[in-house]
Amino acid sequence: MFLALRELRFARGRFALMGTVIALISVLVVLLSGLSSGLVNDGVSGLKSMRATAFAFNEGTMTDNAFSRSVIDDDQLGAWQDAEGVASAEPMGVNIVNGVTDDDTQIDLTLFGVEPDGFLSPAISDGDGVGRVDGIVVSETLRGNGVELGTVITLDRTEVELTVVGFTQGQATFGHVDVAYLPVDTWRLMAAGLAEPGAPSEDRIAEMDFPYASVVAILAEDDAEVDVEAMDAAAETTTMTLTEAFNASPGYEAETLTLSMIQVFLYVICALVVGAFFMVWTIQRAHDLAVLRATGASSAYLVRDSLAQAAILLVGFTALGVAAGVAMGAAMPDAMPFDLEFAPILTASVLTIVLGMIGAAVSVLRITRIDPLRALGGQR
Amino acid sequence: MNINEAPALEIVDAVLELGDGDSRVRALDSVSLTVMPRELVAVVGPSGAGKSSLLAAAGALTRLDSGVVRVHGTDLATLSRRATTRFRLENIGFVFQSGNLLPSLTAADQLRLAGRLAGRRRVDVDGLLQSVGIAHRASHRPGQLSGGERQRVGIARALVNEPTLVLADEPTAALDRRRSHEVVELLAERAHEAQVAVVMVTHDHDVLEHCDRVLEMVDGRLGEPALVH
Repeated sequence: MFLALRELRFARGRFALMGTVIALISVLVVLLSGLSSGLVNDGVSGLKSMRATAFAFNEGTMTDNAFSRSVIDDDQLGAWQDAEGVASAEPMGVNIVNGVTDDDTQIDLTLFGVEPDGFLSPAISDGDGVGRVDGIVVSETLRGNGVELGTVITLDRTEVELTVVGFTQGQATFGHVDVAYLPVDTWRLMAAGLAEPGAPSEDRIAEMDFPYASVVAILAEDDAEVDVEAMDAAAETTTMTLTEAFNASPGYEAETLTLSMIQVFLYVICALVVGAFFMVWTIQRAHDLAVLRATGASSAYLVRDSLAQAAILLVGFTALGVAAGVAMGAAMPDAMPFDLEFAPILTASVLTIVLGMIGAAVSVLRITRIDPLRALGGQR
Repeated sequence: MNINEAPALEIVDAVLELGDGDSRVRALDSVSLTVMPRELVAVVGPSGAGKSSLLAAAGALTRLDSGVVRVHGTDLATLSRRATTRFRLENIGFVFQSGNLLPSLTAADQLRLAGRLAGRRRVDVDGLLQSVGIAHRASHRPGQLSGGERQRVGIARALVNEPTLVLADEPTAALDRRRSHEVVELLAERAHEAQVAVVMVTHDHDVLEHCDRVLEMVDGRLGEPALVH
């Protein structure tokens, strides 16, 4: 490191230029990572926070938008409730609605019909849980839209009136739309088209005969092996685990793939740019390196020294870039789906450094091909 | 010359051919040379006469087609590639044209690096720089030094690891007359004091008065010069 450090100081202009590029790439990597986490949370945080192990969709439902497309009946639900290794299975209703609050703000809601007191019921940060037939528990993020406890939301067309009785703990969104939890029977009433304008009533629900829901939410017993294939065949369902089910939420796959592709490109660019820099840097000091070889420095020593130099440059400026990216991310407007999460940022930083090192290594290995004879005069 | 003393450099019947096919030339043609410790030998001759090849062979930078090179009694042909690098480090010092110092290092660091490469943690940097008369420039980089000062640092660097043999490749090429004399005088003085054998290749007939012996190289052959002084 003796030479590496002194060169870094001596050629600080050149290294600073390269470092700035690395730092800017790191900023982009962090911003993309934050955007990626933000979009994922915006898309599926409603599912992520659920205690379900898996979801059973009606057989043959297409994966995209499967939650709102699938319809299951009580027989399918019953089959899963009786299945071995399944601690509990509950019906869940999903659909997306438009509504207006009592102060005329238009909002979109994803209705999640769940069993009151069931395992799908969300954790509450304020107010009451799911239970009241005309009550909804909405995502905490809706507070920003002027929604409070007691706010009445009137759904478009059906004129059904629902009252906010509670807020979830943290963000609960699905397909970028805020989630409203309500009793599955109220959901069924609306799905059956039996809901009358005004607040849904217990009486109408009691009269209703509508044994359907969107999906079966399954909670497996700890360490239990559920024979999913056999169950799917018997219950005529298609089952996806919680994480597989993310792909069944609107736009999820398209968004994550697009962002992953941009990130992969950034890593490749990082490797190429750092590689090109060290290529030029190595060629530039080829004569000095030849002199060092002639005076008795081994190639291994020179390669180690140069790699240490690359590592210092990459680690230092990646750290700087990540810090800048995090600071910028913290200042993002609320409307932007942006979440800084430690693990993805750490992965992204490490990948930037590792790929930069690979680029540098390929270039620095040229040192082993430098002939110490070049140190003599230039003649011969 | 003390007859009982072992020679620092011994070259016997060295032959080195360069190039391919029709352009093949004998850079060294049955060259023999013995240099004792404390001796400064100058090799003069026109460009392309094989002077650099002689240095390359003596400095273990190239392998001969035939003949033997011994430095401090070790036959260089018996060393592996790795051992050759190590041997150069410990036994041979190089002084290049215009110093060939590393631009990023101060004068003192040039010497420290040379020492570290040989595994020496402690190098008497001040003493060495003093012995070549530029202790006051220790913290300057090559860009801030004059040609003569650079060459002095180059000489001090060549001596850091107490070599048996110092090979100087046109050390005065980039210097004016007065500085050339100073540098070669310094080389002679260091050779005598540090008990090193010095082989200097040069174009510069002006500085030969400081040398113990002068040889001339023509077309790959080494001999007594037809006209010296």
